[in-house]
Amino acid sequence: MDETYDAIVLGTGLKECIISGLLSVDGLKVLHIDRNNYYGGASASLNLNQLYERFCPGQTPPKSLGPSRDYNVDMVPKFILSGGELVRVLVHTDVVKYLEFKAVDGSFVLNKGRVEKVPATDYEALRSPLMGLFEKRRARSFFIFVQDYDEANPTTHKGYDLRSMPMAALYKEYGLDPMTVDFIGHALALHRDDSYMMEPALPTVLKIKLYHDSLTRFAGVLSPYIYPLYGLGELPQAFARLSAVYGGTYMLSKPDVEVVWEDGKAVGVRSEGETARAKLVVGDPSYFPGKVRKTSSVVRAVCLLSHPIPATNNAASVQIILPQKQVNRKSDVYVFCCSYSHNVAPRYKWIAFVSTTIETSNPEAELASGLALLGQIDEKFTEVVDVLEPLASGSQDRAFISRGYDATSHFETTVEDVLELYTRITGRVLDLSSKDPVRAQAQ
Amino acid sequence: MAEGGPGSIQQAKLVLLGDMGAGKSSLVLRFVKGQFFDYQESTIGAAFLTKTLPEQGIKFEIWDTAGQERYHSLAPMYYRGAAAAVVVYDISNADSFAKAKSWVKELQRQGNPAMIMALAGNKADLTELRAVQADEAKAYAEENGLFFWETSAKTNSNVAEVFTDIAARLPRAAAPAAAPLGGITLTDTVPERAKRSTCC
Ligand SMILES: Nc1nc2c(ncn2[C@@H]2O[C@H](COP(=O)(O)OP(=O)(O)O)[C@@H](O)[C@H]2O)c(=O)[nH]1
Ligand SMILES: [Mg+2]
Repeated sequence: MDETYDAIVLGTGLKECIISGLLSVDGLKVLHIDRNNYYGGASASLNLNQLYERFCPGQTPPKSLGPSRDYNVDMVPKFILSGGELVRVLVHTDVVKYLEFKAVDGSFVLNKGRVEKVPATDYEALRSPLMGLFEKRRARSFFIFVQDYDEANPTTHKGYDLRSMPMAALYKEYGLDPMTVDFIGHALALHRDDSYMMEPALPTVLKIKLYHDSLTRFAGVLSPYIYPLYGLGELPQAFARLSAVYGGTYMLSKPDVEVVWEDGKAVGVRSEGETARAKLVVGDPSYFPGKVRKTSSVVRAVCLLSHPIPATNNAASVQIILPQKQVNRKSDVYVFCCSYSHNVAPRYKWIAFVSTTIETSNPEAELASGLALLGQIDEKFTEVVDVLEPLASGSQDRAFISRGYDATSHFETTVEDVLELYTRITGRVLDLSSKDPVRAQAQ
Repeated sequence: MAEGGPGSIQQAKLVLLGDMGAGKSSLVLRFVKGQFFDYQESTIGAAFLTKTLPEQGIKFEIWDTAGQERYHSLAPMYYRGAAAAVVVYDISNADSFAKAKSWVKELQRQGNPAMIMALAGNKADLTELRAVQADEAKAYAEENGLFFWETSAKTNSNVAEVFTDIAARLPRAAAPAAAPLGGITLTDTVPERAKRSTCC
């Protein structure tokens, strides 16, 4: 370890592994270290033994749950929009060849206490029980407008300037009622609260388009989401492999690893009496105490079930969004479920996650509306996680810190953070339009 | 797992394991590209290669360690779904043989129980420096259900044999394997598909 590197990366979470991969492809000499004996950091997928070790130390999992290694339980449950940024990064880096994906069976939304399928196209809007007949027609015109909208082609703008027009005004133009607005904003545009309503409509319209494009990207799929076989923990492992292939060095099980500071600058790391030096240190917030602050907290319950979630057509994998207004909250509640079909649980077991951003001093109670949808729960593990962000950009102290994983149900903000971190480190913008990473680097 | 039916080409993931410097990458490069380098610095070229054996009807998807064996940081993903493994040691290095045994244990722990395993005593050209006797390695291999070859990536001795031997032992799928339900191939282009109707 007593060596010099271009960059040292701490923590093998998804964000750190993507960065490590990108930097190694750029030709930097990278050392990547984790305190745990497994890959994934905060975004790991745990087997049953690891899950019990984390939530109920000293307790062994009941035999009825099946073999430990059949489980891959995500610590940060999210689904991947098939037309989204993460897929672009996976394809750009060619990491996709290490992974296998399957579509998620369904995307649902809570409406007046009922779980309903999310209608995402003009065609589905006409069949959805979420709306009355006249509302369906209005929603259909709205969807046609969004699907046809092309920033570069003014004839598709219908005279609206979406850069200045607030989203609330656009909804009003189509006469959409509050219930419809609720599922469009939260289940299609995937906003976590209603602050977007008074902001310009363009980003929201593009988000609805992304949902629609993801849904129609592959024939025969029932949701816009995909998910890797064996769980999200495969993603950091795949990017770590990319980094290793391009010369990155990997060390796990370094519980005492810490950053070495000189004159207020990060100059390397120390573990077991040895020091590795580097021009810069990258890492997740947990490796930089005193250099990060809390932005919010997320409460999350992992539930093991012996049945699919009721009212989801026996979906083997599903997302249900509970929009804030439907559950009298300021932020949405998310329910995810995966199972054997994605190789994350044994046959006849389902893993459900319920999560939300904390608003009260009794976080567990905030999950009640989501938990109520699950039917009988065999085992439940609840945890509160602080979402941390760096105090500084790293330009002064050479410590480039990622943000924690927010409560969003997908990876769009995760990738945004990674790309921003990449730019902070290298001063360059990653060009995702060029497929060949080596070529992208040369530009 | 090996997939595909009779007559078709069956795909099989094969992983390499063994101590750093035993010659894993060299064996792969020799087998797939017919190349050998005396100073094989970087493993990039061998990290992910495929090779089809038409006579056996097998397409190997070969995963090299990419250096992650150095500090024992191979990810579970590496072992996942592997139909075969080649554990490599250097016949001129007794320690590398001891390490090979611990890699076999690791495979028995992490890998799928039906995996076909081969033990390759590499650098067989270094006869004068031999530190591991072939008999000893062969006996160990037999006890542990591996089959054994002494190889040389340098002189191209027994390299193809190891892989053809594995191919011959891979169980054949009885019927053409259907694409996994809902399985999806990601590309950067939008695949051709029936657009959902936007008019009705
Ligand atoms: N003499 C001899 N040298 C070999 C043989 N195979 C590999 N080497 C050399 O051993 C060194 C390590 O090989 P490499 O393939 O990088 O080992 P790896 O770390 O297991 O991938 C390189 O210098 C190779 O040239 C062989 O069969 N005979
Ligand atoms: Mg090698």
